[in-house]
Amino acid sequence: MLSPGSGNTVIKSKLISRRMFLITAAKAIVMVGLVGRLISLQINQATKYKSLSDKNRFREWKLAPERGTIKDFFGTEIASNEPLYQVHLIPENAKDLDNLFVRLKAILNISDKKVSYLRRLIKKQKPWEPVIVSENLDWSDFSRINLFLHELEGVEPIVSVARTYPDSSSAHILGYVSQISAKDLQSKEYLQDLAVPGMAIGKTGLERKLDEQIIGKVGYQRYEVNAFGKRIREIKIDQGQAGKSFKTTLDYEVQKFTAELLKDKAAAVCVMDVYNGDIVSMVSSPTFEPNQFVHGLDKKYWNSLIKNEKKPLGNKALSGLYPPGSTIKTLVALSALENKIIRPLDTFKCKGKIELYGEKFHCWEKDGHGIVNLRKGIQRSCDVYFYEVARKLGVDRLSETAKRFGLGKKVLSDFIEERSGVVPNTKWKKKFIGQNWYLGETLHSGIGQGYFQSTPLQLCLMTAQLGNGGFKIKPRIIFDEKNDNLRNYLKFKNENPNQPLPTDLLISNFNLKPLFKNQEHINLIKDAMFSSSNEPGGTSYRHRFENPKYTFAGKTGSSQIKRFTEEQREAEVKQESLPYKDRDHALFVAFAPYKNPQYAISVLVEHGGSGGKAAAPIAKKVIKKVLERHELRRSVNNSSGESV
Amino acid sequence: MLQPRSIQSSQSVKDKILSLDYILVISVLLLGITSMFAMYSTDGGEFKYHTNSHILRFFVFFGMFFVVSFISIRFWHETSYFFYIGVFILLLGVKYFGLTSSGSKRWLDLYFMNLQPSELMKIGLILFLAKYYHRISIESINSIKYLFVPITVLIAPVILVATQPDLGTSILIAAGGIAVAWLAGVRAKFFVFSAFAMLALLPIAISFLKPYQKSRILTFLNPERDPLGAGYQIIQSKIAIGSGGLFGKGFLNGSQSYLDYLPEKHTDFIFTLFSEEFGFFGSLFILLLYVVIISRIIRVGNMTRSNFGKLYCYSFATAFFLYVAVNMMMVLGLLPIVGSPLPIMSYGGSSMMAIMLGLGIVMSCKIYKDVPVN
Repeated sequence: MLSPGSGNTVIKSKLISRRMFLITAAKAIVMVGLVGRLISLQINQATKYKSLSDKNRFREWKLAPERGTIKDFFGTEIASNEPLYQVHLIPENAKDLDNLFVRLKAILNISDKKVSYLRRLIKKQKPWEPVIVSENLDWSDFSRINLFLHELEGVEPIVSVARTYPDSSSAHILGYVSQISAKDLQSKEYLQDLAVPGMAIGKTGLERKLDEQIIGKVGYQRYEVNAFGKRIREIKIDQGQAGKSFKTTLDYEVQKFTAELLKDKAAAVCVMDVYNGDIVSMVSSPTFEPNQFVHGLDKKYWNSLIKNEKKPLGNKALSGLYPPGSTIKTLVALSALENKIIRPLDTFKCKGKIELYGEKFHCWEKDGHGIVNLRKGIQRSCDVYFYEVARKLGVDRLSETAKRFGLGKKVLSDFIEERSGVVPNTKWKKKFIGQNWYLGETLHSGIGQGYFQSTPLQLCLMTAQLGNGGFKIKPRIIFDEKNDNLRNYLKFKNENPNQPLPTDLLISNFNLKPLFKNQEHINLIKDAMFSSSNEPGGTSYRHRFENPKYTFAGKTGSSQIKRFTEEQREAEVKQESLPYKDRDHALFVAFAPYKNPQYAISVLVEHGGSGGKAAAPIAKKVIKKVLERHELRRSVNNSSGESV
Repeated sequence: MLQPRSIQSSQSVKDKILSLDYILVISVLLLGITSMFAMYSTDGGEFKYHTNSHILRFFVFFGMFFVVSFISIRFWHETSYFFYIGVFILLLGVKYFGLTSSGSKRWLDLYFMNLQPSELMKIGLILFLAKYYHRISIESINSIKYLFVPITVLIAPVILVATQPDLGTSILIAAGGIAVAWLAGVRAKFFVFSAFAMLALLPIAISFLKPYQKSRILTFLNPERDPLGAGYQIIQSKIAIGSGGLFGKGFLNGSQSYLDYLPEKHTDFIFTLFSEEFGFFGSLFILLLYVVIISRIIRVGNMTRSNFGKLYCYSFATAFFLYVAVNMMMVLGLLPIVGSPLPIMSYGGSSMMAIMLGLGIVMSCKIYKDVPVN
């Protein structure tokens, strides 16, 4: 055995070779298998693994874009951006979170509640996602943080931008911005790719309406990260795109002036250019501080807003619904004229009340107005006259005219808070109340009470469309150079007094939509409104302007909250002596200047009592302010030429 | 026996040098150079510790390869039992004096280097069994009596290494020994019986496995089971290789390894790194080098006259092939992660030493192919 013979050796050698052959064959198979696996991974599935590898490699951080600004007609920013000092914390960069929080608490004075909130947030998030420790630091706190930064690993001072408003005069129309809520993310599709922690979006008003465009495009910071999520280097930075800025038709000076006038009142004012529908001013009072909403609202402040009975959060001009009261009498008269129910000089006798259908209908003037025609009816706002007119006109024809002038539907688009109001008619009542129309209700409708509901903006539009000679206008709040057809038409008419074209053709040439059958009827109403404001006995005579430059033609109104009882009527109870909540809303609508109308205004004072006393004085001051700025305004708007 | 002295003495130094297998030498050198590039990449494109030390080791052991080559095969035959016993003593030494690193005791501190005797055992066992089967007669091979020694010398180191614990190396040591026995002509029936016996013992063996070893096997069966834990290595390795594509991401551009997604990139996953940077063609190049090396070893086995030489060369070729195949299948996600280096490519002195020693003995078989060993 120890010295094997050569034959034995050869046999053994052959055996070894045979067995080696088997092994070699097996090796070849395994090698082919390895190559096959390489082909499968590196050729067939290369794309899949490349994308997986990139997913490993890159991590993106979103950058909040800068919100576009909102300017007034003259270019003043009424919603702008300010630098914002924030402190962020990236948990994975912090070595010792507990210690860090102790330090931060000492430096920034943050509460325990906030700390435990942050801890919960950190647990929920990915370790590289930043949490916002302080939303809005003042400069001194921010510089203190920077001073201690070397001992605060993981803390990042961030300078970003946030919405800021110069004051609260335009808070309602501009709306406010606030943090994205879960509900926003669900309901607004454009936010899907936009959600950056800490980003504010428009919640109401213009901020909401314009949100999609004004918000801008989110930027990305793409980093290569290692297996532990540490940023190795910046691959790409896309700053995103700042949102689009908008110029509005508002006049910030008028806004401030009006807001100051309305201070402490529950009131609203709308001012509109009668030719192009530019909303020069829209103020609702009391107002709120929109800057408070930007960085998370203080609970106390929120409660004070919610509990205030004057409802500071709602935009009364857009979403407040009030019976139009006597302001509707202009349209009642117009509708009656257009439908040939009355002639201007037809008279009724007002004895202070009439009895119809077994019900007493009172005039506000207890002793009556005597013989009243159309002009006097509007001038004195005689209720009996309009009971008679309405009775003859019928509610359906009235509602047709009222709707044509813009009541009962939304005036602006895309304001979620805007409400459409009600223009009642027989069909409407059947449909929504399920009852037949009573004739007595027609009489109430004739003086703008009963089911009638309108917003101050609608009343302003109504007045503007009377003031401009009876043409339909589309109110707007975003500045638009075009769409000044009505002014162009009037300019053309003035420059070519003997133009041969018939008025109808001219109107259609300028793409205008008249709201009248006979423009003379509009002029009759305007004249009656003039007398109401400028002739003795008129309901707002006391607040007239002598200077023809400012002379306005208006109509007062008061919308009843509670009907007077017979006893109150007998006792001649004054509005002022009623409890605040029971007082009428005071309304006033007007256009000015009378000779050459440029602007329409509507004023509402909640529970203000009579329109002549509470609303007209405010209107007078605002009209003066707006007209003083008229030349300036026309000079800015160079594309639509000089004033007409 | 017939004319031993004359043949040996007739070989001049020049003849010996000329009879080196140059294709094998060049392939090993190419692989070594490739491995330096790969190591340079693992150091992030700088000559740092791993690269420098790898280069040094390669050349030291490449030199040793030549020294071993010129030592007569007769010497290796004569000393193989002692070699085995020496390594076995070192293994015992590891058990008592070994260095512990990441939970396992594998190394002996020799002051100038940390030696991993289990790597040397890969060669030692092959040498022992090659001599053993060389010496016994063909009739004795399949007698039970002559199975006792091989089984003992195989099982003893395997158990020692497995309990270090180092499952990968112990399996590869066993594979080398089994290869010798198979080549020597031990009946297939015996291997089948052993396989069944192993299978029967498997539940017991599993109960001895460390939790991390169990988890590795479970993870291999379903890598997505725990993508951030045990499955992480397999998933990231597959991503790295797959994302290399046809041509690779380019030298020093392997993002997976550069960004630390790849674990153990110096050692077990060096092929992954190379494959990510050089793609399918790079991988094929390495595979080709290994195929050349293995086929040259087999060729030497064919040429050598003695059965000891044949047994050694064939067994070493088979073992070498298994080292390559197991490592690659592991990083390609075809085998559980057991921890086995890729010959020559991977960082690790003992592994390099063992491979170079093994190759040196092969070369010695070539140079002294006509020298009878006894």
